[in-house]
Amino acid sequence: MTEALDLLFNASLWAAVLRIATPLIFGVLGALLCERAGVLNLGIEGIMTMGAMVGWLSVFLGADLWTGLLIAAGAGALMGLLHALLTVPLGLSQHVSGLGITLFASALAYYLYRLIVTVGESPPTIVPFRPLDIPVLSDIPFLGPVLFSQAAPTYLALLAVAVMAYVLARTPLGLAIRMTGENPHAVEAQGLDPTLIRIGCVMAGSALMALGGAFLTTAAFNSFFPEMVQGRGWICIALVVFASWRPGKALLGALLFAFFDAYQLRLQTVVEGVPYQLFLMAPYVLSIVALILVARRAQVPEALMTPYRKGER
Amino acid sequence: MRLERRPSVPWTLAATAPLAAIAAALALAAGLILAAGVNPLAAYAEMLKGALGSRLAVTEMLTRAVPLMLTGLAAAVAFRARLWNIGGEGQFYLGALAVAWVGHSMMSGLPPALGIAVLMVVGMAAGALLLAGPAFLRLRFGVDEVVTTLLLNFIVILFVGLMIEGPLRDPLAFGWPQSVPVDDAFRLPDLIPRTRLHIGLLIALAVAGIVWLILARTVFGTEARAAGFNARAAEFAGVSLPRTIMGVALLSGGLAGLAGGIEVMGVTGGVTTTMSPGFGYAGIVVAMLAALHPAGVVAAAVFVATVFVGADAMSRATGVPSFIADVIVALALLTMLVALLFTSYRVRR
Repeated sequence: MTEALDLLFNASLWAAVLRIATPLIFGVLGALLCERAGVLNLGIEGIMTMGAMVGWLSVFLGADLWTGLLIAAGAGALMGLLHALLTVPLGLSQHVSGLGITLFASALAYYLYRLIVTVGESPPTIVPFRPLDIPVLSDIPFLGPVLFSQAAPTYLALLAVAVMAYVLARTPLGLAIRMTGENPHAVEAQGLDPTLIRIGCVMAGSALMALGGAFLTTAAFNSFFPEMVQGRGWICIALVVFASWRPGKALLGALLFAFFDAYQLRLQTVVEGVPYQLFLMAPYVLSIVALILVARRAQVPEALMTPYRKGER
Repeated sequence: MRLERRPSVPWTLAATAPLAAIAAALALAAGLILAAGVNPLAAYAEMLKGALGSRLAVTEMLTRAVPLMLTGLAAAVAFRARLWNIGGEGQFYLGALAVAWVGHSMMSGLPPALGIAVLMVVGMAAGALLLAGPAFLRLRFGVDEVVTTLLLNFIVILFVGLMIEGPLRDPLAFGWPQSVPVDDAFRLPDLIPRTRLHIGLLIALAVAGIVWLILARTVFGTEARAAGFNARAAEFAGVSLPRTIMGVALLSGGLAGLAGGIEVMGVTGGVTTTMSPGFGYAGIVVAMLAALHPAGVVAAAVFVATVFVGADAMSRATGVPSFIADVIVALALLTMLVALLFTSYRVRR
């Protein structure tokens, strides 16, 4: 028991929390942006897989790490464009289209990977992002390794939370986006085009999701393999609800989830006689419990999943 | 240009839609096959040969189609009532596990026909119970069932792993974790001798007929459809939404659980965590290609099975990665969505 408590004071646990949270932060921000504009994007799981593959492949073929992330974001935006075209101008079922995008994007990622890369006994690797080594700051006991020795994209994710929160809450663009998710007819009345806003948000959101996937292959691991996203996309969809569609709370949710994930991994080594699958289940179970707790109070965007057709009520 | 709802959908159009969608999906995937340096026509010919070219190939394809018919029915039933059951994969595994467990040890002495019938009910019950949870959470707390059913897939697969490495481990399977097998007495008899095709095919076809009857000819079926078209209007007309949604959930989950149970009794004997190449998710594609109609599900399952079995053979012959099957099936889902739009709407200037 004391060992389980000791784990909590271990810097490596808290460093892992931020690392594990990073892909979730990107993913949850992406899903949040889509939903704030009124489009549910269940393509997230596939888009993250695509981002993971494209980011890794770009670096494997010679791009530098940041260019790899950029190309991954572009691939994500393309998948987002496909989802947006099907659900916004055509007004098709966002559930089915999103699942279709997930199936399509993951299948395409696996296909292209197999086509381009020769996989031997183990998947080929790249040199991933290294933990930063900031003079002085990284050497502070405890805080150094936790806060100042992460891989660079982690800081990008934290910055993205601030930017997203600011843009949504404090800028005309954010107001237009939120209004599109609440009442697209009012946006039309303001002389703005809700269709374009929705397409733009789904593309940008999908680019963020792809960055989350790319973090897995360019920072957390150094290779790509099938099934590596492991439901992180679906967890992000749950986290958006948990966060009541607010970026700050989304960050909190991602960190909480990452804490449980990091803690269960370490608990496995100290608690004996409990099958490891029970620990692995815990994060998924907790996500469902969190949903139950917040569902009643959830502030769902009014026009979420309602297709907008000009002049139609 | 704008879209205008057709007053009525001619049946010729409704029947052409899936064919057009499949043609479009194959045309799009041809680009990817070309990228692999292989002539798409030659590749598709290999695929047809691999799935339909011999008696053995056809029986393999039909063996693969059986679980797809059942998971397809599961998705069709749920989606008709706008219950977004994306948990077919988990329900499949739980049904499979329950059947392997009960069928291994608890049924000795029962006549085979009765035992098989009981095991089918066991599989259905496991799947139904698994979906009853998310349905209850939606009705009681307003929790979106998409996320809960998706997350349950992961939980169930971990649970299956736990059971087959622990209490249900087959001591006779060397190394590879596998559950104890169903007693030989309750394995489904072969439909065609010396092939893997079992009478599960007949069961699936019968189930499709029963589901069609339930949906088209019973009060429950009408209520379920009404709940899908317009939940508020349905409630106003006196339909009890909670009862209907829960009924749909039990039926849908039961069908997916049955798929797992039949697969265990007919093909694998025991359960492994890799026994389903995504039958639950593919069931969603099957249901959409069928425009959520039970009869269409049978045909769509045969199509999807043809792509999967054919792609394996084609991959061996041409070197095109067999993931092309997943690409084709996913594309077919997206093209079918668009095709469905143009069957119920027309473009007006």
